[in-house]
Amino acid sequence: MKSRLAAASVASLALLALSACASGTSDDSDDTLASSFDPDKSYSGSITAMGFGAGDEIATTRMDVAEEALGGAKVKLVEGDLDIQAFLASVASGDAPDLVYANRDQIGTFASRGAILPLSDCIDGEGIDTDQYDDSALSQVTFDDEIYGIPEFNQVQLTQANQKLLDQAGLTVADVDGHDWDAVTAAAKKMYSAPGGKLKIIGYDSKLPEFLPLWAHANGVDILSEDGRTAQLNDPAVVEALTWAVGIYDEQGGFAKVKAYRDSADFFGEGNQFATDVLGAMPMEQWYLNVVNDVSPDAPMAYSTVMDRDNNPIAFSSGSAWAIPKGSPNPGAACRFAKEMTTVDTWKAAAQARLDLRNKDKKPFTGVLTGNDEADAEIQAMTTANEDPWKTGVEAMYAANDHTFALPANPADAEFKTAWQDAVNRVLNGQQDPQEALDQAQDEAQSALDEAWGKWDDE
Amino acid sequence: MSSAQLDAPVAETSRSPRRGRRRSSPQQRSDTRAALLFISPWIIGFLVFTLWPVIYSAYLSFTDYDVINPPTYVGLDNYREMLEDDKVRLALRNTFVFTLMSVPAKVIVSLALATLLKQAARATGFFRTAFFLPKMTPPVAIGVLLLLLFNGQQGLINEFLGIFGINGPAWTTDPNWVKPGLVLMSLWTIGATIIIFLAALQNVPQELYDSAMVDGASPWQRFWRITVPMISPAIFFVVIINTIDSLQSFTEAYTAFFGAGNSTYSNDAALFYAIYLFQQAFEFLQMGYASALAWLMFVIVMVVTALQFWGSKKFVYYEGGDNT
Repeated sequence: MKSRLAAASVASLALLALSACASGTSDDSDDTLASSFDPDKSYSGSITAMGFGAGDEIATTRMDVAEEALGGAKVKLVEGDLDIQAFLASVASGDAPDLVYANRDQIGTFASRGAILPLSDCIDGEGIDTDQYDDSALSQVTFDDEIYGIPEFNQVQLTQANQKLLDQAGLTVADVDGHDWDAVTAAAKKMYSAPGGKLKIIGYDSKLPEFLPLWAHANGVDILSEDGRTAQLNDPAVVEALTWAVGIYDEQGGFAKVKAYRDSADFFGEGNQFATDVLGAMPMEQWYLNVVNDVSPDAPMAYSTVMDRDNNPIAFSSGSAWAIPKGSPNPGAACRFAKEMTTVDTWKAAAQARLDLRNKDKKPFTGVLTGNDEADAEIQAMTTANEDPWKTGVEAMYAANDHTFALPANPADAEFKTAWQDAVNRVLNGQQDPQEALDQAQDEAQSALDEAWGKWDDE
Repeated sequence: MSSAQLDAPVAETSRSPRRGRRRSSPQQRSDTRAALLFISPWIIGFLVFTLWPVIYSAYLSFTDYDVINPPTYVGLDNYREMLEDDKVRLALRNTFVFTLMSVPAKVIVSLALATLLKQAARATGFFRTAFFLPKMTPPVAIGVLLLLLFNGQQGLINEFLGIFGINGPAWTTDPNWVKPGLVLMSLWTIGATIIIFLAALQNVPQELYDSAMVDGASPWQRFWRITVPMISPAIFFVVIINTIDSLQSFTEAYTAFFGAGNSTYSNDAALFYAIYLFQQAFEFLQMGYASALAWLMFVIVMVVTALQFWGSKKFVYYEGGDNT
């Protein structure tokens, strides 16, 4: 422990940052841990949760419910996005928080390094029904057949389009939903406008680099194998997907122009690209529907799910998860809190709080994707978006939520993500062609995966 | 060797330092203790937060360390990996090219501005403050500002170039223009360098210029034959500081091309060595490898600085020194 403490502290200092270090932690043998989880137990004192922010009514309502379920213990939040290095240093130095809130794609990395605990005892002890969670969400927090996180929230993509520009070009939203790539390219060319070479309207934005996994899946292959061990980045279907998605930009004067134009947009304001009729269509996460509805309710929107090439809805799912760090001083209370934050009743209470606020503002309630299938069904029934385009948008959102896929948990997620994103960027920047870039990414990603899995398998 | 050294008594220099040291008086010892007491917070801080981590990072560079598990000794593996890592070569090339572009640019622009500032007479104080103000901008804000100013479609820089009929480049996406954009943006913070040059310029004796004018020297000759030699120590200092700063360049490029400004978009042309080191340490948690990278950078900075000091013997003029 002493050497870990020293190493954690010193490495952080030497390499740009200071990390917290303290002493004292619980000694969690497997037996003690198993007995920590009891649904009838009450907790006192306080627990600390790192990485969660109670910034809106959804968070505060759930916090209140979950805190009450602890039976007296208070929850202290270390707010803001999770600082991975600070979190790992706190675990290494024996000063771990009781609970950590992370992106689901970070769970594999934390699990493989022994920074978080497998939750089988927590799930059994507290009687958590894991069937209630969305399958893809659960798969993201399952590492080597063990569940390491309690998932919550889901982000999915919708095809979001400007009906006015579609009409002017004689198109419908089906032309840009992705089921026919040639049709999308043709639609992009029809809606695109660049008088005098200066881009004025982006016809279609394929949202690279972030949506390569979506386009690869639409073309029938995932960029990572189901067991999370094999990169599939230079699979011909991935190369074809990247070639097409980059080609969309080439048809509109090149990525540089499109990116510069979208970077200059008032993305979150009332002058957003849809409200100002300068973007034809793009795949985008569902939360942007809420943004547009909120800041520009008169924007001429059209919504649909994103389709694969067989015309089936698809969505690349992401979200958050609760996990219990190794050395958590109070894993029992942490488990109870994570459970209660994600129950159907808790989500309904949070949805009701938002519904009340939306009613007060005389705006429609467009739903919340919780990562809990039962809660999603209940909340969908509470939505009040009864008029188009928001009604169609909400329907598309829940349809997408029923057709999600995710990349499996793996121990080298950051390296894997960097490898494929860098590859896409090299193509977008004109430095490599898709095949060359993805071949390089395949080597880099596989090397990182082999090394990380090798360490895990050796332990 | 300086004349002062040549004139030193032989007997004195041949004595051992210990024997030659005079006993200090009680007052001197008391003063020394007080001085040490006053600077002890800094000394302790330096030892704990700088020296020890630096030494420990040398040890970590020979280990495989992921923050959470104990370091495992791997010998020279990290250094061997560095030799085979294409991205290390890319990051070093980017960093050197950026340094070679930014240091001369900073020196030339700040010297030109300082020269103008010297002519400003009573308004000097105002302009000095005005030039220094941008230096107060946080580097992260500069990174974000870069994306706005150099936006290829709507940015102020290209709008300005457009007035002259010039179709500006894609500064933030074209790999050939990313570094020039960063160099131009780095000029935002030359305020301190301007102040240093201004102080040096004001110390050049006016008689030298007067004599040169009497002899018919042109303005360029006066600048090149008098100003530059007389302020060469300041130029040398500025070159050293800016070289080290450029070799460690991080925040602006990271913010604009790898961090908050672009969560998924990145550009290889902006992958500086410090950014790659940061990625290895804090994104991939390869602390051992990152420590090895840090030590390579340390050695590079030392060698470059040593070369600059070696070169300075020929080009830097110190009044009263031996470089006449």
